[in-house]
Amino acid sequence: MNKSVQRLTTFLVVLVLPALVIFSTVHFGNRRGKPEKFIYQNRADIEKKVDHSEFEILQQDFERPQDLTAACLSCHNKRDDELMASAHWRWERESALPNGRGTVSIGKKNLINNYCASAESNNGSCMRCHIGYGWKDKTFDFEDPTNLDCLVCHDNTNTYKKRKGGAGMPSTPENATAEFPVPDFNYIAMNVGKPLKENCGFCHFHGGGGNNVKHGDLEEAMLDCSREVDVHMAKSGQDMSCNDCHITERHNITGRAYSVSSENNNRATCEHCHTSTPHNDKVIDLHNHKVACQTCHIPVYAKVNPTVMYWDWSVAGRTDENGNPITEYDVNHKYSYLSIKGRFVWDDHVRPEYFWFNGTADHYLYGDTISEIPVKINTLMGKYEEPDAKIWPVKVHRGKQAYDVVTKEIVNVKVFAEKKGEGAFWEDLKWDTAIQLGMEYAGRYYSGQHDFVSTEMYWPLNHQVSPKEQTLQCTDCHTRSEEGRLANLAGFYLPGRDYAKGVDYTGFILIILSIVGVAVHSLMRLIYKKG
Amino acid sequence: MQKVKIFSRFERFWHWTQMAIVILLTITGFEIHGNYTIFGFEAAVRLHNASAITFILLGIFTIFWMFVSGQYKNFIPTRKNIIRQIRYYTYGMFKGEKHPSRRTMTNKMNPLQRFTYFGLLILIFPVQTITGLLYMYYHYPQNPIDADGLWIAVITHTMGAFLMVAFVIVHVYMTTTGHRITTDIKAMISGYEDEPEEETETKNQPA
Repeated sequence: MNKSVQRLTTFLVVLVLPALVIFSTVHFGNRRGKPEKFIYQNRADIEKKVDHSEFEILQQDFERPQDLTAACLSCHNKRDDELMASAHWRWERESALPNGRGTVSIGKKNLINNYCASAESNNGSCMRCHIGYGWKDKTFDFEDPTNLDCLVCHDNTNTYKKRKGGAGMPSTPENATAEFPVPDFNYIAMNVGKPLKENCGFCHFHGGGGNNVKHGDLEEAMLDCSREVDVHMAKSGQDMSCNDCHITERHNITGRAYSVSSENNNRATCEHCHTSTPHNDKVIDLHNHKVACQTCHIPVYAKVNPTVMYWDWSVAGRTDENGNPITEYDVNHKYSYLSIKGRFVWDDHVRPEYFWFNGTADHYLYGDTISEIPVKINTLMGKYEEPDAKIWPVKVHRGKQAYDVVTKEIVNVKVFAEKKGEGAFWEDLKWDTAIQLGMEYAGRYYSGQHDFVSTEMYWPLNHQVSPKEQTLQCTDCHTRSEEGRLANLAGFYLPGRDYAKGVDYTGFILIILSIVGVAVHSLMRLIYKKG
Repeated sequence: MQKVKIFSRFERFWHWTQMAIVILLTITGFEIHGNYTIFGFEAAVRLHNASAITFILLGIFTIFWMFVSGQYKNFIPTRKNIIRQIRYYTYGMFKGEKHPSRRTMTNKMNPLQRFTYFGLLILIFPVQTITGLLYMYYHYPQNPIDADGLWIAVITHTMGAFLMVAFVIVHVYMTTTGHRITTDIKAMISGYEDEPEEETETKNQPA
């Protein structure tokens, strides 16, 4: 063969062609797909609202809110049936518990939490957020449709408020204050419509006794926030309202809060709009098999106002030398100690904790005895091996709360009363009476001896989704660092985090031995060559 | 001295392309394993996956070529002369003895090489490919077969990677043990080897 042709062939087969193959591999391999852009079309923008001001029945001065409800139902008949079957009304629903614990009727009505222990026995305060009028005790009539509060969800004027401590009632002329005046029912009735963020937020932002105390990812700031706080709700962005995701038909609102829910159904999901392959990129989309969207897209929560991370009831009740309640503040001017509630730790821009979660949850029920400490008030079920289980970001609310040392049960505490002397803890600061009354109301036995035990509640995060630039990056999880987001999530092999020590050590020894062997062999060759 | 053709054009192309892919796979693989940062995790994963596909395609093509050309017979292990070969590497070559095997187009490898490459082709490559594909595509480890979180697959993949690195180290060094230090590497580039005459050969030749 001609020598120059031979050289050219050599150049081609050992350099040009291999380089071409490698170049195309790198070029086509190292590309990230372009995510689907999803523009939400707000239904409210398309549909023209009914003008309620033209209805004659609403053009009257309503004295009682119940009269207004009756007027609503005179046109919207049968809607009361839907509402009265809902958990917003009943505060309980039939739920199949995991672990074969059977089907029980549970909800806010009869579950323990680790904030104020329970809504039950504190009706005046807690049932302010009931969609009814006056569930102040067991005499409340759940069968009377006029007890339904249509306005708390459908007032579009932002003027309707339920009074503090009123068990769901707005102010009457007798008890009106500057903060809670008597609502202008006539004006409100003429301006009703689909729920606004403000309607849902009235209750869902303020659970636990103040803004963002409970959820951590639901708070007032989201009424008018930037895209950094919440891409969906941002005024400058899509300005979506709660019902745009929590799709509602016939008063059945999708979405689950696992502080009270147990079953994996009727959930509001990201996939509903975005599909399960929104990234248009195989490697990233495949993560959705085992990682919830929320995990990467909610890197921090409580992005504006702080949320309560720790609530210690065991130190509550301290007073100053005159017997007056004390309030102490932390550096951020949030209360860190209240005589009536105990010690608080707040935090903002919180990094979530991560758990396997399959959409079902167990709950501490009345009668359950404490078997492990900290006590899990609710338990998110799921582990890697389950097809439905995904890694979820979770707010864990820890605290210390009262339990019965004899029966080993978490107790109800009557914390709220309208005035002193009724035995409520917030008024009289006496534990035994408050627990006695709380347990009595709940129909439970109390031995008379209490102490405090560490408890935990788990809140899967769904809101305050960050812009895509701020999502988690690969090495936030795929890292050997102790600081890795999933450093503590066991039970599966995570590339970049996990390795078998024995295999790695053996492997490196093998490599070292190879090098040593090569070195010894070349040395021998050198020595003999010279010799 | 005579010039003997040892490696065809395809073999040389195959060798150097595979070398580059294996280097890329190794560097990105150990980055994914968490040993260091070079490309960044995301790029490392994408490059590792892409090189894996290239590696597999090249492998399929090469297997096809091997059987069509009959060159696969070069990789069939033989015991003949193996003792002499070991003796040469551990003793003879220091004394300046002659290489016990003679290479030709149809008999490229000495008995030790045959064993090593046979192991590589039959064990390491398929195991790395299968465990790698499992990791890329088997996302429900409990269904239909419970793979126990793919621990076995990934651990095997890691072991294969370490063996591969050890192979590369020894392999590169062994290229210097030819007639002259650069004889072997030159042969893999030009296809031709300068071979001294009168050497024994192993008999296991392709038809």
